[in-house]
Amino acid sequence: MGEQILNQVVWPVVYILCIAVPLILAVAMFVYWERKVIGWMHVRMGPNKIGPLGLLQAFADVVKLLIKEVILPTNANRFLYYLAPLLALVPAFAAWSVIPFGERMVLANVNAGLLYLLAMTSMGVYGIILAGWASNSRYALLGAMRSAAQVISYELAMGLCLVCVLVLAGSLNLTDIVHAQAGGKGLLDWFWLPLLPVFVIYFVSGVAETNRAPFDVAEGESEIVAGFHVEYSGSAFAIFFLAEYANMILVSFLASVLFLGGWLSPFPPSWGWIGQGSFAWLFVKAFVFAFLFLWFRASFPRYRYDQIMRLGWKVFIPISIVWVLVAGCMKYFGWVVTGA
Amino acid sequence: MIDPNLFQLVCFYAFAAVTVAAALAVITLKNSVHAVLALVLTFFSAACVWLLAEAEFLAIALIVVYVGAVMVLFLFVVMMLDINQEQVREGFIRFLPVGIVVALVMLAEMLALIGVRAMRAVSMGPNPAEAAGLSNTAWLGRALYTDYLLPFEVAALILTVGVVAAVALTLRKRRGVRHQDAGEQVRVDPRSRIRIVKMDAVRAQAPAPKEPQA
Repeated sequence: MGEQILNQVVWPVVYILCIAVPLILAVAMFVYWERKVIGWMHVRMGPNKIGPLGLLQAFADVVKLLIKEVILPTNANRFLYYLAPLLALVPAFAAWSVIPFGERMVLANVNAGLLYLLAMTSMGVYGIILAGWASNSRYALLGAMRSAAQVISYELAMGLCLVCVLVLAGSLNLTDIVHAQAGGKGLLDWFWLPLLPVFVIYFVSGVAETNRAPFDVAEGESEIVAGFHVEYSGSAFAIFFLAEYANMILVSFLASVLFLGGWLSPFPPSWGWIGQGSFAWLFVKAFVFAFLFLWFRASFPRYRYDQIMRLGWKVFIPISIVWVLVAGCMKYFGWVVTGA
Repeated sequence: MIDPNLFQLVCFYAFAAVTVAAALAVITLKNSVHAVLALVLTFFSAACVWLLAEAEFLAIALIVVYVGAVMVLFLFVVMMLDINQEQVREGFIRFLPVGIVVALVMLAEMLALIGVRAMRAVSMGPNPAEAAGLSNTAWLGRALYTDYLLPFEVAALILTVGVVAAVALTLRKRRGVRHQDAGEQVRVDPRSRIRIVKMDAVRAQAPAPKEPQA
Protein backbone atom coordinates (compact mmCIF):
# COMPACT_ATOMS: atom_id res chain seq x y z
CA MET A 1 0.00 0.00 0.00
CA GLY A 2 2.69 2.45 1.03
CA GLU A 3 4.86 1.56 -1.95
CA GLN A 4 1.90 1.87 -4.29
CA ILE A 5 1.14 5.36 -3.03
CA LEU A 6 4.80 6.28 -3.37
CA ASN A 7 5.07 5.01 -6.94
CA GLN A 8 1.72 6.20 -8.25
CA VAL A 9 1.11 9.41 -6.36
CA VAL A 10 4.26 10.85 -4.81
CA TRP A 11 6.74 10.33 -7.66
CA PRO A 12 4.42 11.62 -10.40
CA VAL A 13 3.77 14.74 -8.32
CA VAL A 14 7.52 15.21 -7.89
CA TYR A 15 8.03 14.80 -11.65
CA ILE A 16 5.27 17.29 -12.38
CA LEU A 17 6.86 19.80 -10.03
CA CYS A 18 10.20 19.17 -11.76
CA ILE A 19 8.58 20.51 -14.95
CA ALA A 20 6.19 23.12 -13.58
CA VAL A 21 8.54 24.97 -11.22
CA PRO A 22 11.35 25.44 -13.78
CA LEU A 23 8.68 26.45 -16.29
CA ILE A 24 7.43 29.22 -14.02
CA LEU A 25 11.00 30.38 -13.40
CA ALA A 26 11.65 30.21 -17.15
CA VAL A 27 8.62 32.44 -17.74
CA ALA A 28 9.96 34.97 -15.23
CA MET A 29 13.39 35.01 -16.86
CA PHE A 30 11.83 35.06 -20.33
CA VAL A 31 9.87 38.19 -19.44
CA TYR A 32 13.09 39.79 -18.20
CA TRP A 33 14.93 38.68 -21.36
CA GLU A 34 12.14 40.03 -23.54
CA ARG A 35 12.30 43.45 -21.91
CA LYS A 36 16.09 43.46 -22.15
CA VAL A 37 16.21 42.36 -25.80
CA ILE A 38 13.51 44.73 -26.93
CA GLY A 39 15.27 47.45 -24.96
CA TRP A 40 18.52 46.78 -26.83
CA MET A 41 16.69 46.69 -30.15
CA HIS A 42 15.19 50.08 -29.28
CA VAL A 43 18.62 51.35 -28.13
CA ARG A 44 17.41 51.51 -24.51
CA MET A 45 18.75 49.89 -21.36
CA GLY A 46 15.78 47.73 -20.42
CA PRO A 47 15.24 46.87 -16.74
CA ASN A 48 18.48 47.43 -14.84
CA LYS A 49 17.59 48.68 -11.37
CA ILE A 50 16.46 45.68 -9.32
CA GLY A 51 19.15 43.15 -8.56
CA PRO A 52 22.35 42.68 -10.58
CA LEU A 53 21.68 43.67 -14.23
CA GLY A 54 18.02 44.01 -13.30
CA LEU A 55 17.69 40.23 -13.01
CA LEU A 56 15.20 40.41 -10.15
CA GLN A 57 12.84 42.75 -12.01
CA ALA A 58 10.44 39.92 -12.95
CA PHE A 59 10.20 38.73 -9.34
CA ALA A 60 9.56 42.26 -8.13
CA ASP A 61 6.75 42.49 -10.69
CA VAL A 62 5.28 39.20 -9.51
CA VAL A 63 5.25 40.37 -5.90
CA LYS A 64 3.67 43.64 -6.95
CA LEU A 65 0.94 41.84 -8.89
CA LEU A 66 0.24 39.38 -6.08
CA ILE A 67 -0.32 42.05 -3.44
CA LYS A 68 -2.58 44.12 -5.67
CA GLU A 69 -6.33 43.89 -5.37
CA VAL A 70 -8.26 41.85 -7.93
CA ILE A 71 -11.03 44.18 -8.99
CA LEU A 72 -14.37 42.76 -10.08
CA PRO A 73 -16.09 45.05 -12.61
CA THR A 74 -19.70 46.07 -12.06
CA ASN A 75 -22.20 43.48 -13.27
CA ALA A 76 -19.42 41.09 -14.19
CA ASN A 77 -20.18 37.41 -13.95
CA ARG A 78 -18.29 36.65 -10.75
CA PHE A 79 -17.88 32.88 -11.22
CA LEU A 80 -16.71 32.97 -14.82
CA TYR A 81 -14.58 36.05 -14.20
CA TYR A 82 -12.50 34.17 -11.65
CA LEU A 83 -12.63 30.87 -13.56
CA ALA A 84 -11.32 32.28 -16.86
CA PRO A 85 -7.65 32.81 -15.85
CA LEU A 86 -7.50 29.23 -14.59
CA LEU A 87 -9.03 27.91 -17.83
CA ALA A 88 -6.25 29.71 -19.69
CA LEU A 89 -3.53 28.43 -17.37
CA VAL A 90 -4.46 24.75 -17.03
CA PRO A 91 -4.14 23.73 -20.72
CA ALA A 92 -0.96 25.80 -21.05
CA PHE A 93 0.65 23.72 -18.30
CA ALA A 94 -1.06 20.40 -19.05
CA ALA A 95 0.41 20.34 -22.56
CA TRP A 96 3.91 20.10 -21.08
CA SER A 97 3.30 16.58 -19.80
CA VAL A 98 4.04 14.96 -23.19
CA ILE A 99 7.11 17.00 -24.18
CA PRO A 100 10.17 14.71 -24.37
CA PHE A 101 13.20 16.55 -22.97
CA GLY A 102 15.57 13.74 -23.75
CA GLU A 103 15.83 10.02 -24.20
CA ARG A 104 13.26 8.63 -21.71
CA MET A 105 12.99 12.09 -20.10
CA VAL A 106 9.25 12.54 -20.53
CA LEU A 107 6.49 12.72 -17.95
CA ALA A 108 3.87 10.82 -19.98
CA ASN A 109 5.05 8.84 -22.99
CA VAL A 110 1.57 8.55 -24.51
CA ASN A 111 0.92 7.06 -27.92
CA ALA A 112 -1.37 9.87 -29.05
CA GLY A 113 0.93 12.63 -27.79
CA LEU A 114 0.51 14.88 -30.80
CA LEU A 115 -3.29 14.65 -30.64
CA TYR A 116 -3.17 15.38 -26.93
CA LEU A 117 -1.15 18.52 -27.63
CA LEU A 118 -3.65 19.61 -30.24
CA ALA A 119 -6.49 19.06 -27.77
CA MET A 120 -4.76 21.00 -25.00
CA THR A 121 -3.78 23.97 -27.14
CA SER A 122 -7.29 24.18 -28.57
CA MET A 123 -8.77 24.41 -25.08
CA GLY A 124 -6.76 27.47 -24.09
CA VAL A 125 -9.11 29.67 -26.08
CA TYR A 126 -11.89 29.19 -23.50
CA GLY A 127 -9.98 31.21 -20.93
CA ILE A 128 -9.73 34.07 -23.40
CA ILE A 129 -13.36 34.01 -24.53
CA LEU A 130 -14.77 33.70 -21.03
CA ALA A 131 -12.50 36.43 -19.71
CA GLY A 132 -13.76 38.71 -22.45
CA TRP A 133 -17.40 37.93 -21.87
CA ALA A 134 -17.42 37.76 -18.07
CA SER A 135 -15.68 41.13 -17.72
CA ASN A 136 -18.82 42.92 -18.92
CA SER A 137 -16.73 45.31 -20.97
CA ARG A 138 -16.91 46.10 -24.67
CA TYR A 139 -13.18 46.26 -25.19
CA ALA A 140 -12.70 42.91 -23.49
CA LEU A 141 -15.48 41.30 -25.55
CA LEU A 142 -14.05 42.65 -28.81
CA GLY A 143 -10.61 41.36 -27.87
CA ALA A 144 -12.01 37.96 -27.01
CA MET A 145 -13.89 37.71 -30.32
CA ARG A 146 -10.83 38.64 -32.33
CA SER A 147 -8.68 36.25 -30.38
CA ALA A 148 -11.08 33.32 -30.68
CA ALA A 149 -11.48 33.73 -34.44
CA GLN A 150 -7.74 33.98 -34.86
CA VAL A 151 -6.90 30.99 -32.70
CA ILE A 152 -9.45 28.77 -34.46
CA SER A 153 -8.24 29.80 -37.93
CA TYR A 154 -4.59 29.21 -37.21
CA GLU A 155 -5.26 25.97 -35.40
CA LEU A 156 -6.33 24.47 -38.72
CA ALA A 157 -3.09 25.39 -40.43
CA MET A 158 -1.17 24.17 -37.41
CA GLY A 159 -3.07 20.88 -37.38
CA LEU A 160 -2.24 20.29 -41.06
CA CYS A 161 1.44 20.97 -40.33
CA LEU A 162 1.30 18.35 -37.59
CA VAL A 163 -0.27 15.94 -40.09
CA CYS A 164 2.78 16.36 -42.35
CA VAL A 165 5.08 15.58 -39.44
CA LEU A 166 3.18 12.49 -38.42
CA VAL A 167 3.00 11.23 -42.01
CA LEU A 168 6.79 11.30 -42.19
CA ALA A 169 7.36 10.00 -38.66
CA GLY A 170 4.58 7.42 -38.84
CA SER A 171 3.71 7.98 -35.20
CA LEU A 172 1.84 10.34 -32.90
CA ASN A 173 4.27 9.69 -30.09
CA LEU A 174 6.64 12.64 -29.67
CA THR A 175 9.56 10.45 -28.62
CA ASP A 176 9.08 8.34 -31.76
CA ILE A 177 8.90 11.51 -33.85
CA VAL A 178 12.32 12.56 -32.50
CA HIS A 179 13.70 9.06 -33.13
CA ALA A 180 12.42 9.24 -36.71
CA GLN A 181 14.65 12.29 -37.21
CA ALA A 182 17.80 10.52 -36.08
CA GLY A 183 20.33 9.52 -38.70
CA GLY A 184 23.92 9.66 -39.79
CA LYS A 185 23.79 13.16 -41.24
CA GLY A 186 23.00 15.21 -38.15
CA LEU A 187 20.83 18.23 -38.86
CA LEU A 188 20.24 17.23 -42.50
CA ASP A 189 18.11 14.33 -41.24
CA TRP A 190 15.69 16.51 -39.35
CA PHE A 191 12.21 17.21 -40.66
CA TRP A 192 12.80 20.90 -41.31
CA LEU A 193 14.45 20.06 -44.63
CA PRO A 194 11.75 17.90 -46.28
CA LEU A 195 9.03 19.98 -44.60
CA LEU A 196 10.56 23.43 -44.98
CA PRO A 197 7.38 25.35 -45.96
CA VAL A 198 5.41 23.55 -43.28
CA PHE A 199 8.08 24.33 -40.71
CA VAL A 200 7.76 28.06 -41.44
CA ILE A 201 3.96 27.86 -41.42
CA TYR A 202 3.99 25.98 -38.13
CA PHE A 203 6.09 28.53 -36.35
CA VAL A 204 4.23 31.55 -37.75
CA SER A 205 0.92 29.88 -36.83
CA GLY A 206 2.35 29.30 -33.38
CA VAL A 207 3.05 33.00 -33.08
CA ALA A 208 -0.50 33.75 -34.21
CA GLU A 209 -1.98 31.10 -31.93
CA THR A 210 -0.32 32.63 -28.86
CA ASN A 211 -1.64 36.06 -29.91
CA ARG A 212 1.82 37.54 -30.07
CA ALA A 213 3.06 40.41 -32.21
CA PRO A 214 2.69 40.87 -35.15
CA PHE A 215 -0.59 38.97 -34.74
CA ASP A 216 -1.61 40.59 -31.45
CA VAL A 217 -4.82 42.27 -32.63
CA ALA A 218 -6.51 40.51 -29.71
CA GLU A 219 -4.85 42.99 -27.41
CA GLY A 220 -4.22 45.79 -29.88
CA GLU A 221 -3.36 48.60 -27.51
CA SER A 222 -4.12 51.31 -30.01
CA GLU A 223 -7.68 50.11 -30.64
CA ILE A 224 -9.03 48.11 -27.71
CA VAL A 225 -6.68 49.06 -24.86
CA ALA A 226 -5.59 45.55 -23.84
CA GLY A 227 -8.14 43.18 -25.28
CA PHE A 228 -9.64 40.36 -23.30
CA HIS A 229 -7.75 40.99 -20.05
CA VAL A 230 -8.34 44.74 -19.90
CA GLU A 231 -10.42 44.45 -16.70
CA TYR A 232 -8.11 42.05 -14.90
CA SER A 233 -5.71 43.21 -12.23
CA GLY A 234 -3.37 41.73 -9.68
CA SER A 235 -2.89 37.99 -9.53
CA ALA A 236 -5.66 37.21 -12.06
CA PHE A 237 -3.78 39.25 -14.66
CA ALA A 238 -0.54 37.56 -13.60
CA ILE A 239 -2.10 34.17 -14.38
CA PHE A 240 -3.04 35.26 -17.91
CA PHE A 241 0.48 36.54 -18.35
CA LEU A 242 1.94 33.26 -17.10
CA ALA A 243 -0.29 31.24 -19.45
CA GLU A 244 0.66 33.36 -22.47
CA TYR A 245 4.38 33.02 -21.84
CA ALA A 246 4.13 29.32 -20.98
CA ASN A 247 2.40 28.87 -24.34
CA MET A 248 5.14 30.77 -26.14
CA ILE A 249 7.80 28.57 -24.60
CA LEU A 250 5.68 25.52 -25.42
CA VAL A 251 5.47 26.49 -29.10
CA SER A 252 9.25 27.00 -29.11
CA PHE A 253 9.84 23.54 -27.65
CA LEU A 254 7.33 21.95 -30.00
CA ALA A 255 8.89 23.51 -33.08
CA SER A 256 12.24 22.13 -31.89
CA VAL A 257 10.85 18.66 -31.20
CA LEU A 258 8.81 18.34 -34.38
CA PHE A 259 11.13 19.92 -36.94
CA LEU A 260 14.59 20.30 -35.42
CA GLY A 261 15.12 16.86 -33.98
CA GLY A 262 14.36 17.54 -30.30
CA TRP A 263 17.29 16.52 -28.15
CA LEU A 264 19.35 15.22 -31.10
CA SER A 265 22.65 16.85 -31.86
CA PRO A 266 22.99 18.86 -35.10
CA PHE A 267 26.27 17.05 -35.76
CA PRO A 268 26.55 13.47 -37.03
CA PRO A 269 26.86 10.84 -34.26
CA SER A 270 30.23 9.81 -35.69
CA TRP A 271 31.78 13.06 -34.45
CA GLY A 272 32.19 11.83 -30.91
CA TRP A 273 30.72 13.58 -27.86
CA ILE A 274 29.51 16.61 -29.80
CA GLY A 275 27.33 14.36 -31.95
CA GLN A 276 25.52 12.85 -28.95
CA GLY A 277 21.99 13.89 -28.12
CA SER A 278 21.33 15.80 -24.92
CA PHE A 279 18.54 17.88 -23.45
CA ALA A 280 20.93 20.85 -23.70
CA TRP A 281 20.48 20.77 -27.49
CA LEU A 282 16.73 20.94 -27.06
CA PHE A 283 17.05 23.92 -24.76
CA VAL A 284 19.35 25.72 -27.19
CA LYS A 285 16.92 25.14 -30.07
CA ALA A 286 13.93 26.21 -28.01
CA PHE A 287 15.81 29.32 -26.90
CA VAL A 288 16.41 30.31 -30.52
CA PHE A 289 12.68 30.03 -31.26
CA ALA A 290 11.77 31.90 -28.09
CA PHE A 291 14.17 34.62 -29.15
CA LEU A 292 12.42 34.78 -32.55
CA PHE A 293 9.18 35.66 -30.74
CA LEU A 294 10.88 38.70 -29.25
CA TRP A 295 12.64 39.60 -32.48
CA PHE A 296 9.31 39.54 -34.35
CA ARG A 297 7.76 41.76 -31.72
CA ALA A 298 10.46 44.38 -32.02
CA SER A 299 10.61 44.24 -35.84
CA PHE A 300 7.15 43.97 -37.38
CA PRO A 301 4.18 46.29 -37.29
CA ARG A 302 0.86 44.73 -36.30
CA TYR A 303 -1.13 42.94 -38.99
CA ARG A 304 -4.58 44.24 -39.77
CA TYR A 305 -7.38 41.85 -38.80
CA ASP A 306 -8.46 41.00 -42.36
CA GLN A 307 -4.82 40.47 -43.34
CA ILE A 308 -4.45 37.95 -40.53
CA MET A 309 -7.50 36.05 -41.71
CA ARG A 310 -6.32 36.16 -45.32
CA LEU A 311 -2.88 34.86 -44.39
CA GLY A 312 -4.32 32.01 -42.36
CA TRP A 313 -7.08 30.83 -44.66
CA LYS A 314 -5.84 31.70 -48.13
CA VAL A 315 -2.10 31.22 -47.81
CA PHE A 316 -1.18 28.88 -44.96
CA ILE A 317 -3.97 26.33 -45.20
CA PRO A 318 -3.66 25.72 -48.99
CA ILE A 319 0.13 25.40 -48.77
CA SER A 320 -0.05 22.97 -45.89
CA ILE A 321 -2.75 20.88 -47.60
CA VAL A 322 -0.51 20.58 -50.66
CA TRP A 323 2.43 19.67 -48.47
CA VAL A 324 0.43 16.89 -46.81
CA LEU A 325 0.27 15.30 -50.27
CA VAL A 326 3.96 16.00 -50.86
CA ALA A 327 4.85 14.43 -47.51
CA GLY A 328 2.72 11.42 -48.41
CA CYS A 329 4.63 11.02 -51.68
CA MET A 330 7.95 11.41 -49.85
CA LYS A 331 6.97 8.61 -47.52
CA TYR A 332 5.40 6.38 -50.16
CA PHE A 333 8.21 6.61 -52.72
CA GLY A 334 10.90 6.57 -50.05
CA TRP A 335 12.38 9.97 -50.94
CA VAL A 336 12.99 10.61 -47.27
CA VAL A 337 14.56 7.99 -45.05
CA THR A 338 13.38 8.32 -41.47
CA GLY A 339 14.84 6.84 -38.33
CA ALA A 340 17.98 5.49 -39.96
CA MET B 1 -3.69 -2.46 -2.23
CA ILE B 2 -5.98 -0.55 -4.53
CA ASP B 3 -7.38 -2.79 -7.20
CA PRO B 4 -6.87 -1.15 -10.65
CA ASN B 5 -10.13 -2.61 -11.93
CA LEU B 6 -12.06 -1.26 -8.99
CA PHE B 7 -10.40 2.12 -9.41
CA GLN B 8 -11.34 2.12 -13.08
CA LEU B 9 -14.94 1.31 -12.19
CA VAL B 10 -15.04 4.12 -9.65
CA CYS B 11 -13.61 6.49 -12.26
CA PHE B 12 -16.18 5.37 -14.80
CA TYR B 13 -19.07 6.06 -12.46
CA ALA B 14 -17.59 9.41 -11.47
CA PHE B 15 -17.13 10.53 -15.09
CA ALA B 16 -20.54 9.16 -16.05
CA ALA B 17 -22.18 11.00 -13.16
CA VAL B 18 -20.49 14.25 -14.21
CA THR B 19 -21.59 13.68 -17.80
CA VAL B 20 -25.21 13.17 -16.83
CA ALA B 21 -25.22 16.05 -14.36
CA ALA B 22 -23.67 18.39 -16.92
CA ALA B 23 -26.16 17.27 -19.57
CA LEU B 24 -28.99 18.02 -17.17
CA ALA B 25 -27.46 21.41 -16.46
CA VAL B 26 -27.46 22.19 -20.18
CA ILE B 27 -31.26 22.10 -20.28
CA THR B 28 -31.95 23.55 -16.84
CA LEU B 29 -29.51 26.45 -16.47
CA LYS B 30 -31.09 29.86 -17.03
CA ASN B 31 -28.04 31.64 -18.40
CA SER B 32 -27.43 30.44 -21.95
CA VAL B 33 -23.65 30.98 -21.73
CA HIS B 34 -23.59 28.78 -18.62
CA ALA B 35 -25.61 26.18 -20.52
CA VAL B 36 -23.07 26.13 -23.35
CA LEU B 37 -20.27 25.70 -20.82
CA ALA B 38 -22.16 22.82 -19.25
CA LEU B 39 -22.34 21.27 -22.72
CA VAL B 40 -18.55 21.64 -22.98
CA LEU B 41 -18.23 19.81 -19.67
CA THR B 42 -20.54 17.10 -20.99
CA PHE B 43 -18.32 16.55 -24.02
CA PHE B 44 -15.21 16.61 -21.88
CA SER B 45 -16.42 14.02 -19.40
CA ALA B 46 -17.78 11.87 -22.24
CA ALA B 47 -14.26 11.96 -23.68
CA CYS B 48 -12.94 10.83 -20.29
CA VAL B 49 -15.34 7.87 -20.34
CA TRP B 50 -14.10 6.95 -23.83
CA LEU B 51 -10.52 7.17 -22.63
CA LEU B 52 -11.38 4.64 -19.94
CA ALA B 53 -12.72 2.39 -22.70
CA GLU B 54 -9.30 2.69 -24.39
CA ALA B 55 -10.72 4.59 -27.35
CA GLU B 56 -8.05 7.24 -27.10
CA PHE B 57 -8.29 8.54 -30.65
CA LEU B 58 -12.05 9.09 -30.47
CA ALA B 59 -11.76 10.69 -27.03
CA ILE B 60 -9.12 13.20 -28.08
CA ALA B 61 -10.81 13.83 -31.43
CA LEU B 62 -13.98 14.64 -29.50
CA ILE B 63 -12.08 17.24 -27.49
CA VAL B 64 -10.23 18.69 -30.49
CA VAL B 65 -13.27 18.91 -32.74
CA TYR B 66 -16.17 19.59 -30.40
CA VAL B 67 -14.61 21.24 -27.35
CA GLY B 68 -11.86 23.00 -29.25
CA ALA B 69 -13.72 24.22 -32.31
CA VAL B 70 -17.46 23.63 -32.53
CA MET B 71 -18.32 24.73 -29.00
CA VAL B 72 -16.11 27.80 -29.31
CA LEU B 73 -18.16 28.92 -32.30
CA PHE B 74 -21.31 28.05 -30.38
CA LEU B 75 -20.17 30.16 -27.45
CA PHE B 76 -19.34 32.91 -29.91
CA VAL B 77 -22.89 32.96 -31.26
CA VAL B 78 -24.56 32.71 -27.87
CA MET B 79 -22.48 35.58 -26.52
CA MET B 80 -23.31 37.80 -29.46
CA LEU B 81 -27.06 37.12 -29.29
CA ASP B 82 -28.90 39.14 -26.72
CA ILE B 83 -31.29 36.40 -25.70
CA ASN B 84 -34.32 37.44 -23.72
CA GLN B 85 -34.51 34.82 -20.98
CA GLU B 86 -38.18 35.51 -20.19
CA GLN B 87 -39.26 34.91 -23.76
CA VAL B 88 -37.29 31.67 -23.99
CA ARG B 89 -38.97 30.37 -20.83
CA GLU B 90 -42.49 31.19 -22.05
CA GLY B 91 -43.07 28.14 -24.20
CA PHE B 92 -42.03 25.67 -21.50
CA ILE B 93 -45.48 24.49 -20.41
CA ARG B 94 -46.85 24.54 -23.95
CA PHE B 95 -44.08 22.32 -25.35
CA LEU B 96 -43.83 20.09 -22.29
CA PRO B 97 -46.26 17.37 -23.56
CA VAL B 98 -44.42 17.08 -26.89
CA GLY B 99 -41.11 16.90 -25.05
CA ILE B 100 -42.36 14.18 -22.73
CA VAL B 101 -43.65 12.10 -25.66
CA VAL B 102 -40.32 12.39 -27.49
CA ALA B 103 -38.41 11.52 -24.33
CA LEU B 104 -40.58 8.49 -23.65
CA VAL B 105 -40.24 7.18 -27.22
CA MET B 106 -36.47 7.60 -27.06
CA LEU B 107 -36.34 5.87 -23.67
CA ALA B 108 -38.38 2.93 -24.98
CA GLU B 109 -36.18 2.60 -28.05
CA MET B 110 -32.98 2.69 -26.03
CA LEU B 111 -34.28 0.14 -23.54
CA ALA B 112 -35.38 -2.14 -26.39
CA LEU B 113 -31.97 -1.88 -28.01
CA ILE B 114 -30.16 -2.63 -24.75
CA GLY B 115 -32.61 -5.45 -24.03
CA VAL B 116 -32.06 -7.11 -27.42
CA ARG B 117 -28.33 -6.99 -26.99
CA ALA B 118 -28.53 -8.31 -23.45
CA MET B 119 -30.79 -11.21 -24.48
CA ARG B 120 -28.56 -12.17 -27.39
CA ALA B 121 -25.64 -11.69 -25.00
CA VAL B 122 -23.63 -10.06 -27.75
CA SER B 123 -20.39 -9.14 -26.09
CA MET B 124 -18.07 -6.59 -27.62
CA GLY B 125 -15.29 -9.14 -27.99
CA PRO B 126 -11.66 -8.38 -27.28
CA ASN B 127 -10.22 -4.97 -28.06
CA PRO B 128 -9.34 -5.29 -31.79
CA ALA B 129 -6.44 -2.85 -31.52
CA GLU B 130 -4.92 -4.86 -28.70
CA ALA B 131 -5.49 -8.10 -30.63
CA ALA B 132 -3.65 -6.64 -33.63
CA GLY B 133 -0.85 -5.40 -31.39
CA LEU B 134 -1.25 -1.77 -32.51
CA SER B 135 -2.03 1.46 -30.74
CA ASN B 136 -5.65 2.51 -30.89
CA THR B 137 -4.93 5.34 -33.34
CA ALA B 138 -2.83 3.18 -35.67
CA TRP B 139 -5.46 0.45 -35.74
CA LEU B 140 -8.27 2.90 -36.39
CA GLY B 141 -6.29 4.55 -39.18
CA ARG B 142 -5.56 1.23 -40.82
CA ALA B 143 -9.20 0.13 -40.58
CA LEU B 144 -10.50 3.43 -41.96
CA TYR B 145 -8.09 3.67 -44.86
CA THR B 146 -8.12 0.02 -45.96
CA ASP B 147 -11.31 -1.84 -45.00
CA TYR B 148 -13.61 1.17 -44.94
CA LEU B 149 -11.95 3.45 -47.47
CA LEU B 150 -15.01 3.94 -49.69
CA PRO B 151 -17.50 4.82 -46.91
CA PHE B 152 -14.86 7.07 -45.35
CA GLU B 153 -14.25 8.96 -48.57
CA VAL B 154 -17.97 9.22 -49.24
CA ALA B 155 -18.49 10.70 -45.78
CA ALA B 156 -15.68 13.18 -46.43
CA LEU B 157 -17.23 14.14 -49.76
CA ILE B 158 -20.65 14.66 -48.18
CA LEU B 159 -19.13 16.93 -45.55
CA THR B 160 -17.33 18.92 -48.24
CA VAL B 161 -20.58 19.31 -50.16
CA GLY B 162 -22.15 20.53 -46.92
CA VAL B 163 -19.45 23.18 -46.53
CA VAL B 164 -19.82 24.30 -50.14
CA ALA B 165 -23.60 24.44 -49.75
CA ALA B 166 -23.35 26.52 -46.59
CA VAL B 167 -21.05 28.97 -48.31
CA ALA B 168 -23.22 29.08 -51.44
CA LEU B 169 -26.34 29.77 -49.36
CA THR B 170 -24.85 32.69 -47.46
CA LEU B 171 -22.65 34.18 -50.16
CA ARG B 172 -24.27 37.27 -51.63
CA LYS B 173 -22.82 39.48 -54.27
CA ARG B 174 -23.34 43.01 -53.14
CA ARG B 175 -22.75 45.97 -55.37
CA GLY B 176 -20.72 48.92 -54.26
CA VAL B 177 -18.48 46.91 -51.94
CA ARG B 178 -14.82 47.83 -52.08
CA HIS B 179 -12.52 44.85 -51.98
CA GLN B 180 -8.79 44.76 -51.54
CA ASP B 181 -6.87 42.45 -53.81
CA ALA B 182 -3.62 41.66 -52.09
CA GLY B 183 -2.06 40.38 -55.32
CA GLU B 184 -2.84 43.63 -57.08
CA GLN B 185 -1.48 45.62 -54.16
CA VAL B 186 1.79 43.73 -54.30
CA ARG B 187 2.10 44.13 -58.06
CA VAL B 188 1.88 47.93 -57.87
CA ASP B 189 4.83 49.67 -59.42
CA PRO B 190 6.00 52.49 -57.14
CA ARG B 191 7.01 54.59 -60.15
CA SER B 192 3.41 54.82 -61.31
CA ARG B 193 2.29 56.21 -57.95
CA ILE B 194 5.00 58.56 -56.86
CA ARG B 195 7.41 60.87 -58.67
CA ILE B 196 10.71 61.48 -56.97
CA VAL B 197 12.13 64.91 -57.67
CA LYS B 198 15.81 65.56 -57.11
CA MET B 199 16.51 68.99 -55.66
CA ASP B 200 19.58 70.64 -54.31
CA ALA B 201 19.55 71.15 -50.61
CA VAL B 202 18.67 74.74 -49.80
CA ARG B 203 19.16 76.32 -46.43
CA ALA B 204 15.90 77.79 -45.25
CA GLN B 205 15.97 81.52 -44.60
CA ALA B 206 15.50 82.40 -40.98
CA PRO B 207 12.14 84.15 -40.62
CA ALA B 208 12.36 87.84 -39.98
CA PRO B 209 11.84 88.73 -36.28
CA LYS B 210 8.30 89.76 -35.60
CA GLU B 211 7.60 93.37 -35.12
CA PRO B 212 6.40 94.03 -31.59
CA GLN B 213 2.79 95.04 -31.80
CA ALA B 214 2.20 98.61 -31.19
